[in-house]
Amino acid sequence: MSVEYSIETEGLGRVYRLRENKKKKDQPRELVALTGVNLQVQRGELFGLLGPNGAGKTTLIKILTTLLAPSTGWAKVAGYDVHRETVKVRPLINMVSGGESSGYGLLTVRENLWMFAQFYGIPSTEAYKTIDELLVAFGLTDRANTKSADLSTGLRQKMNIIRGFMTSPEVLFLDEPTLGLDVGASRDVRSFVRRWINENTRRTLLLTTHTMVEADELCDRVAIINRGRVLACDTPAALKHELQQEAIFNLDVSAQNGLEAAYFETLPGVHKVQLTPFDGHSQLQFILAEEAVLSAVVNTLTERDVTILNLTKREPTLEDVFVTLVGRSMAEEEKAGSNGNGH
Amino acid sequence: METAIRKNTGWRLFIQTILGRAYPRVVGMSREKSWLFFDIFLPMLSVSAYVFVYRAIGAPEEYIGFVVVGGAMTAFWMNILWSMSSQLYWEKETGNLALYIMSPTNLMAILLGMALGGLVATAQRALGIILLGSLAFQVQYALGSFWQLLLVFFLAMTALYGMGMMTASLFLLLSREAWHIANLAQEPIYLAAGFYFPIKSFNFWVAAAASIIPLTLGLDAMRQLVFPSGPALGFLNVRLEIFILVGLAVVFITAARILLRKMERLAIREGRLTESRR
Repeated sequence: MSVEYSIETEGLGRVYRLRENKKKKDQPRELVALTGVNLQVQRGELFGLLGPNGAGKTTLIKILTTLLAPSTGWAKVAGYDVHRETVKVRPLINMVSGGESSGYGLLTVRENLWMFAQFYGIPSTEAYKTIDELLVAFGLTDRANTKSADLSTGLRQKMNIIRGFMTSPEVLFLDEPTLGLDVGASRDVRSFVRRWINENTRRTLLLTTHTMVEADELCDRVAIINRGRVLACDTPAALKHELQQEAIFNLDVSAQNGLEAAYFETLPGVHKVQLTPFDGHSQLQFILAEEAVLSAVVNTLTERDVTILNLTKREPTLEDVFVTLVGRSMAEEEKAGSNGNGH
Repeated sequence: METAIRKNTGWRLFIQTILGRAYPRVVGMSREKSWLFFDIFLPMLSVSAYVFVYRAIGAPEEYIGFVVVGGAMTAFWMNILWSMSSQLYWEKETGNLALYIMSPTNLMAILLGMALGGLVATAQRALGIILLGSLAFQVQYALGSFWQLLLVFFLAMTALYGMGMMTASLFLLLSREAWHIANLAQEPIYLAAGFYFPIKSFNFWVAAAASIIPLTLGLDAMRQLVFPSGPALGFLNVRLEIFILVGLAVVFITAARILLRKMERLAIREGRLTESRR
């Protein structure tokens, strides 16, 4: 029954028409930001979208928050079509983006929040009551009367996050909410998010992030998205469990000659290899079919005059899941995207 | 603990939005005192220059009053250009526009809030120029009908801010060029609207064309109502000017509504109005 889903999409896609660049006439005129996305998010779920920058996470959120029309497929939020029933969707949702500079710098934190509450029809008395409670929860009470222009990036982001929760939405979208926050502030935000979803069991939260820890620690389920496609969708534990039959080793090595990750991938039983220059030497990460393959890897390294400085076996992470699905790390994928090798 | 909040809809939400969006403009004035210098003292320099020119050439004394009232009205034109027409563009840049579109409120209420806040804030600046100018240059007023003057001012402002609401969507659609258009529209309108002289000095058709700017007829009618020789120097009969101002107000506000809807549809379809350019 579709009404039980807070968020539901089928065959969702979005293509942007690009402006013509007279200097680069051979450039493509279209950008496929999202393609064939099928998702079902249940009421009360904290759902994560994990992917590198440019993966299509923000485009998906813009469609779900009625800000962008899909090119193909459909999406429903709280049971309503986001494109055809925007008037019904909008009172039920809210969104906060990381690094946003919304509001007005001349207004204080409390005034900015009150102003946004007016756009949702919240009577002033109730608005101030909710704002004050949230200011306490986020440790911003002493900054309530500070002009938002005088806030640090982190404090400003906390104000933005309060703006999202303040309207008590049925479905809340948090797009990279901890972007630009320090470790402590990120932890505060994460713990509030978890508490909110636990206390509001009929409300749903969709969080996009490119931080593995955030997705792993917070989300009930995670969809891994890259180049506009959803590659996998399950609980973080289930996604990692897929890799648990495999063995993951980190090796710090010192090589006389150059190392090539691709060479090791030709060895039988080696699924993926990642090579990262690290503090004057190199770090090799191997995802092996089974532990027994390690001896062949060590022999090969020895034959190539590579000194092993350190060898550790570790549990799989969501980063490993991403590497297995995409073939490279999220950082490498972002770099490839920014170099124009993306979709 | 489920958190449920009472939320108004319909006309209550509409009114709340207007007041909410007007608030930053009104309160902003009390926070940023620099307007006293930039919005009263600097315009007074232009006013003074015209006053000295008129006195030097022996123009009728009413011309001094014309200049002071016109100088005060320039504050409204500046407000329309920089805080109404360009505003949706700035809102897009800061990310507020996406939040407005996504909220359950009506975008027209947002624009009305901007207009109301702008009008209240600018009225204080205009009043400051009139008081200072009148005292400095000893302007004599002869008010005929206070209510008619109030009606003209109200209609001129409704039409003018309606025009600002309409151009807000237009400027947004033109995107980056908004800044240049605002710059471009500043000085020519000072001339066309007759801020510092009666527009009767123009050829009839030029004056008629300039009347598309609501301040032109509004200013002309106000001068006719507050200065003894005003009617003799007026462009059209005050009643006719009132009638035209009503028409302009209806046209501009209707056009604002249509363009706002078009802008929102375009924003959602093409995805380029609420995010940075691709």
